[in-house]
Amino acid sequence: MSDRVTAQRMSVLSLRRVAAMALRYLYLLRQSWPRILELMYWPTVQMVLWGFITVFLAGKTPWVAQAPGIFLSAVLLWDVLFRSQLGVSLVFMEEMWSRNLSQLFVSPLRPVELVFALLTISLVRTLIGVCGAALVAIPIFHYSIFDLGLPLIAFFTNLIVMGWAVGLVVSGIILRYGLGAESIAWFAIFALLPLSGVYYPISVLPGWVQSISFFLPASHVFEGMRAVIIDGAFRVDLLINAVVLNAVYLAAGLATFLHFFKVARRGGQLLQVGE
Amino acid sequence: MPRPDIQVEHLDKRFGDVVAVDDISFTVARGSTTALLGGNGAGKTTTLAILLGLLLPTSGRVTIFGEDILRHRYRVLPRMNFSSPYVDLPKRLSVRENLTVYAHLYGLARTRDLLDRLAADLDIADLMKRSYGKLSAGQKTRVALAKALLNDPELLLLDEPTASLDPDTADYVRSYLEAYRTRTGATILLASHNMSEVERLCDDVLMLRAGKLVDRGTPEALLTRYGRKNMEEVFIDIARERLLLAPDGEDRNVVQ
Repeated sequence: MSDRVTAQRMSVLSLRRVAAMALRYLYLLRQSWPRILELMYWPTVQMVLWGFITVFLAGKTPWVAQAPGIFLSAVLLWDVLFRSQLGVSLVFMEEMWSRNLSQLFVSPLRPVELVFALLTISLVRTLIGVCGAALVAIPIFHYSIFDLGLPLIAFFTNLIVMGWAVGLVVSGIILRYGLGAESIAWFAIFALLPLSGVYYPISVLPGWVQSISFFLPASHVFEGMRAVIIDGAFRVDLLINAVVLNAVYLAAGLATFLHFFKVARRGGQLLQVGE
Repeated sequence: MPRPDIQVEHLDKRFGDVVAVDDISFTVARGSTTALLGGNGAGKTTTLAILLGLLLPTSGRVTIFGEDILRHRYRVLPRMNFSSPYVDLPKRLSVRENLTVYAHLYGLARTRDLLDRLAADLDIADLMKRSYGKLSAGQKTRVALAKALLNDPELLLLDEPTASLDPDTADYVRSYLEAYRTRTGATILLASHNMSEVERLCDDVLMLRAGKLVDRGTPEALLTRYGRKNMEEVFIDIARERLLLAPDGEDRNVVQ
């Protein structure tokens, strides 16, 4: 065993092992065109639905008429959050469905490297899904979310990080409690939908609900989105709130996943998972 | 005397009230092939899982290559590998894709050449482009063996390596394991229910029952001690807790 290989094998975080796992997920994605289609299908259906609602409401409501892109931007950015969470949780479940987890963890792969690979592939899946829908919106509704400019990068980044954090918690729970808990992957994020002010300002929520919303990075992102679209102003204060909260969320998501991984090693769940 | 590759001291694993492994201690000598035998639920798979670091023991100490597996498993894992018919590889990936991913996980160089050589050695060259999920049980076993040998492991842990294989394929696997050990000097620890396999491959046998280590010795020594013609009869004697009378007339086992 050469020194170089030994050092690489024993390093705390090996990019090569992260890349190996990302390659495994890309192989999976590449092999199945229905999976790629599925990634774009729901974001596109949602976007078309809200596009026509916008067309309808624009003729009835001055607020929508002044900012016709508000619902389309909201639905596309919500899908960033949803797809990024799903990208982590579903891809993790692939390992459980294929009874591959114990094979992986008798190799030098560390849990944190698996996490980095899951985040990477989640980014790829989210970009495929949401960019596909965003591009379809341009010819149908003459609206391009890319016109948001640089703020779009801030919104996208914050939402994808929040989705990762929730995805890691969900994956940890599924690892601990088995595939019987897999439906959590589909509904967990929707509990946050009414609290995040995706389609309406946070101010319409009751006071005590607003207090909860304040602790969600997504609510700051969607408030920021409305400020850009309606007022043409980029709210740095909202961005800072979202970034700080996301740092806490991501650390908590990672810690939760690693905790459940340790619990699974104690309880034997790494051996028992399967279809 | 060389240091044993595996040293297990007072290993204990409980799941609530269930005792899966009950205070067992043993060593596995470098370069040996050792069998871990016992009936269903005897604690073989649990013991293997602890050795692999997949399962944390309730108490006890496991040392592999002189390293504490609980504290330094990442120093040890690159030097060992594992195969079992009860775990799978991703079914939708081709054999080559699966092996490529694992080769990268082990940090191996010249992956393509390595896979071509292994494919030729294990007679799976014509399977490399096929989906793993579409292979027969025998083909999957050979692919799993290829995965287990990717990193030229110094320690190979095998859980029933020939389970559900036809006699021809099973013989092929056993021959390959014998040749591998001869060529590399690797240590092999295998759990098996196939007693002829144990007699053929193993220098040492560890007998488990209800989580306890109840006997150990070479296959020849166990045959003599139990006065039996083959390991299957010895296995049944131990599993059913039959009286063992040593040549000196002393009881060595529990009478049921």
